[in-house]
Amino acid sequence: MTTTTRGWARSPLLHYVLRRTGQALLVVLLVTVVVFLLLQALPGGPARGVLGQTATPEQIAAFNAANGFDDPLPQQYLAFLDRLLHGDLGTSYVMNMPVADAIGERLPKTLLLTVLSLVVAVAVALPLGVRQAARRNSAFDYSTTTLAVVLYSTPSFFLGLLLVIVFSQWLGVLPALAPQGQTVAEVLAEPKALVLPVLTGSLVAVATFSRYARSSTIDNLAEDYVRTARAKGTSERAVLRRHVVRNSLTPVIAMLGYQVPVVFGGALVVEQLFNYPGMGLLFWSSAQASDFPVLLGCVLVIAVATVAGSLLADLTQAAVDPRTRGGLR
Amino acid sequence: MTTTPATTGTTDIVPGPPTAAPRGRGLRRFLANRMAVVGLAILVLLVLFSVLGPLVYPTDQVHTDLANANLPPGAGHPLGTDAVGYDVLGRLMIAGRVSLVVGLAAGILATLVGTLWGAVAGYVGGWVDAAMMRVVDAGIAIPAIFLLLVVSAITRPSVPLLVVVIGLVSWLVPARLVRAEAVSLKTREYVLAVRAGGGTHGRAVLRHIVPNTVGTVVVNATFQVADAILLVAYLSYLGMGVQPPSTDWGAMLSSGISLVYSGAWWLILPAGLAIVAVVCAFNFIGDGLRDMLDVKGRRS
Repeated sequence: MTTTTRGWARSPLLHYVLRRTGQALLVVLLVTVVVFLLLQALPGGPARGVLGQTATPEQIAAFNAANGFDDPLPQQYLAFLDRLLHGDLGTSYVMNMPVADAIGERLPKTLLLTVLSLVVAVAVALPLGVRQAARRNSAFDYSTTTLAVVLYSTPSFFLGLLLVIVFSQWLGVLPALAPQGQTVAEVLAEPKALVLPVLTGSLVAVATFSRYARSSTIDNLAEDYVRTARAKGTSERAVLRRHVVRNSLTPVIAMLGYQVPVVFGGALVVEQLFNYPGMGLLFWSSAQASDFPVLLGCVLVIAVATVAGSLLADLTQAAVDPRTRGGLR
Repeated sequence: MTTTPATTGTTDIVPGPPTAAPRGRGLRRFLANRMAVVGLAILVLLVLFSVLGPLVYPTDQVHTDLANANLPPGAGHPLGTDAVGYDVLGRLMIAGRVSLVVGLAAGILATLVGTLWGAVAGYVGGWVDAAMMRVVDAGIAIPAIFLLLVVSAITRPSVPLLVVVIGLVSWLVPARLVRAEAVSLKTREYVLAVRAGGGTHGRAVLRHIVPNTVGTVVVNATFQVADAILLVAYLSYLGMGVQPPSTDWGAMLSSGISLVYSGAWWLILPAGLAIVAVVCAFNFIGDGLRDMLDVKGRRS
């Protein structure tokens, strides 16, 4: 995407940080509106959900009056926002506990799984992408980029299933069930059971990241400073190591910030497939049970994380590369 | 219809009369991309398989046949039968119709909505642009699969509803891409000339901005279809997508999982490979089109 150069592009970093942060807050506010409207769109409204299918119209009316659901929508929205700001995400219909507690219990486990997957993916994808770019159009480049497209096109549930069949059914070396511990420490106590979920989560990410690393490195290899370095007699290895890698991988690292929604989406499927008790599995079982407060609570948490991730990525980019401060990426 | 060489939104391209040369050269460039040709071949084969297959190889996909359930591949059933006795090969064909139709329709819908949104935002500019793009940001902040699961929990979707919902959660990326191009296109002389000559804003957007983003849009649409097919497969796998008696490749795979541990590979492998093949095909074709139309960047 091209960045436009306008007047404010030359203004200092602080201006950019403030403007970009303001935008992020606005987006979060918009997301709360969407979630609020989704809550309103529920069949029968929240009353039906809490009181069940057998509730009489009188009971529903009493419930709505008691909980302020008869108030005008803008007033309800402000009350909803007020509760959110106090950390109140509502109460689960099914689990009879506050949504914030249910999410708080499972989020650390999801973070553990996703961070492990990302670390593995980055460790494999970045060197791979650089090597592909350095040996551009070689057999190695062709075969690995084609493999990356195939991996990218493979649904993670299918990939995970194949891994389970090979490693736990045929070879019998790894369990097909993720760790079932309630805390992060308990989960870490079963490292063998973590291997397949982490592998499934990271393989698809390897495909995406290596593509970015490859094209970013190729772009940088065409830059003038590379020609200068080569002209000065620097070896190709040193050009790559000392000059190109640092420049080409910074945007790729920053790009990780934009991957938050992808990562959570991946966790949803991996957790469901391996029965890993994280937020993704919570979301899936809540969808099965129509537990809307939990669903919308999760959506809010993920949306805030996504906005924060892309904000961080933009700010990192802006700090490292002043050219990007103008555009909205 | 005029063909204009697709521009990438960089300012070094001098706007001028359309030339005829790039078309033939572009086609050659597409054909030179071996994987794009392979992708096209796979796609044609899968479409023929799904559309014409049932005419050549008719099977009963309505009545269950429990006496012949879970048969391994063999005579009469080249790919075996599933848990209720449906012939897997025949089911693969009718499931393919759903996967392809939903993916194509949702991908095209997303492209149309996104193109129009992005063109208007980029053309109008100012606070309208800012507001429209914050809506896009908010949409991107809620991952599609989560939103789709919420919608499926409210109402189990029919196939047309599935198309609309997937389309409406997938238009954000094309909106961003087209907006970026519209921002640079609107200052071109020929767009300014429309306005100077008394043409309406609507005419400037629909007749000049949108057609000039066609390269970007077509390439992105190909990837959109690939993503839409994946998305519907994910939804169906999670049990919230295409509902029985209808089925798609994701739902087929999902219903075979419980039996896979007893060795019934034919219940998941053909459906899974079909998804991989069709999504790969669209991705390879998209890469080829991008080379052909000289559009920069794969995804936003």
